[in-house]
Amino acid sequence: MSKVFYLQPDGVEKVIEGTDGESVMTTAVKNGVRGIVGQCGGALSCATCHVFLAEDELDNFSAPSEDEDDMLDCAATDREPNSRLSCQLLLREGSDIHVTIPSSQL
Amino acid sequence: MPDLDRARSGEHQTAPRAVVVVGASHAAVQFAESLRSNGFGGTVQLIGEELHQPYNRPSLSKAYLKGEVTVESLALRGSNWYTDHSIDLTLGERVVRIEHGKNGSGRVHTSKVHSGENEVSSYVYDRLILATGASPRKLNIAGTDADGVVELRSVDDAHSLRDRVASGPVVVIGGGFIGLEAAATIRSLGGTVTVLEAGPRLMGRAVGEATAAFILAAHRTMGVDVRLSTAPEAILTDDHGAVRGVRVAGNDIAASTVLIGVGVEPNIALAESLGLSCAAGIVVDHRGVTSEGTVLAIGDCTVQPHPGADLDLERSVRLESVDNAVEQAASAARVVAGEPDSVRAVPWFWSDQGDWKLQIAGLTGTHDAVVVRSDPDRPRRLVVGYFTSGRLSAAECVNAPADFLALRGALNNGTLVTPEEFADTSAPLKQLLKPQASRASATA
Repeated sequence: MSKVFYLQPDGVEKVIEGTDGESVMTTAVKNGVRGIVGQCGGALSCATCHVFLAEDELDNFSAPSEDEDDMLDCAATDREPNSRLSCQLLLREGSDIHVTIPSSQL
Repeated sequence: MPDLDRARSGEHQTAPRAVVVVGASHAAVQFAESLRSNGFGGTVQLIGEELHQPYNRPSLSKAYLKGEVTVESLALRGSNWYTDHSIDLTLGERVVRIEHGKNGSGRVHTSKVHSGENEVSSYVYDRLILATGASPRKLNIAGTDADGVVELRSVDDAHSLRDRVASGPVVVIGGGFIGLEAAATIRSLGGTVTVLEAGPRLMGRAVGEATAAFILAAHRTMGVDVRLSTAPEAILTDDHGAVRGVRVAGNDIAASTVLIGVGVEPNIALAESLGLSCAAGIVVDHRGVTSEGTVLAIGDCTVQPHPGADLDLERSVRLESVDNAVEQAASAARVVAGEPDSVRAVPWFWSDQGDWKLQIAGLTGTHDAVVVRSDPDRPRRLVVGYFTSGRLSAAECVNAPADFLALRGALNNGTLVTPEEFADTSAPLKQLLKPQASRASATA
């Protein structure tokens, strides 16, 4: 079990205990976290699950693939250095994840 | 309740208090979510035939067949979500009859799917939503009832196909999205697959020639034996009624499993029983409202005006896609919650076939020019633009998700993209999305 901390643009935070192996996107959608759409179900097809990952957790994940990197350039909210598509961030045992949700996904 | 009485008199239409959705798939779940996010405080009842909690159907032909995910992880929402949002989810019940009153209220009668009992429950509504989906189209040749003939629509179908893949060669009848996704997955599992497509090219209804040819080459590279313009004559069986092959023109192809993937038919029987207008689908307007103004319908079962920035009331389409289910559900929820219309984005589709990602935005059919954007340095990528009177009207992308997002954005925003800009691979397409001024400075 690991926890995901979802911080909304308005400062409201929601903490979800997720299932290891599932993504930050799936965990959000299944639990009704506002602002993460995940329209394509995690197939790297839509860029509607954009998040800003906590700076000190960036190294806990492998770097974005070329496609993810390109897609972030086309996200509805401008990308930052810590932008990721949350469908590509998989939960791992004992490792909490903190993400901030951008103001718009569509 | 005085409010309800007034609604039922038909004189003063008040907000509905009891919504029943027939169906519990993607459109139904999204509808329930959108209804709650629009502030709807009444009861929301979803009635589904399958015993599984609503799940993500596009994964069936890929991740689920590979055994990479469980049924639980396919779920569209967690179990808690339904209770947290006060959404009543009834599974394993089939709607057999609907009593519908002129004022929009009525009663839905169901039976248990697995016990064969007659009507067991009934649900009162003052607003009815049909999300009845579609069923695999039947193939009219001998042998389709043989042991080893499978379809791929439900998680149970996917489960039986998965169990069979190791037992011998598979013949896929139909070269559309489902058949091709399954074929690619079976190849990745080390299986032998032949795809029979009756038409002269793959995905004939969904993509243009350049994209179809590109995907055909991809499948052949993956080791899928694709045979175009080849219609099966019969499914051959052994003495025990099990599949042993498929007969095509003077040739028998050995198979222990046959997957029939020749498209779907919308489930319209309930709509017809209510007297709703149907034409190869339940006819709805751009918001999901049926010919009987108090009933709505959403998802694969519907036929609607061509959506997008330029809503085309003259062209009606049936769209089988997650995007459509989501968009129609959101529109219908706004109607029920009494909210004004919102602008619908251009329809889009995707299909992952092995490691080939196909994405489509907009609908073709009105175009007068096709422009192919390909870069010899990136042979696995293809982008095709369809232009109508010089304006981009649709696009198909293979392994180019960022280009796809840029083009979908341009279609939604009405951004002018010329055929020349489109074909010029020296500039990235995402640049087209930038405002004209910064584009000018970027190229200066």
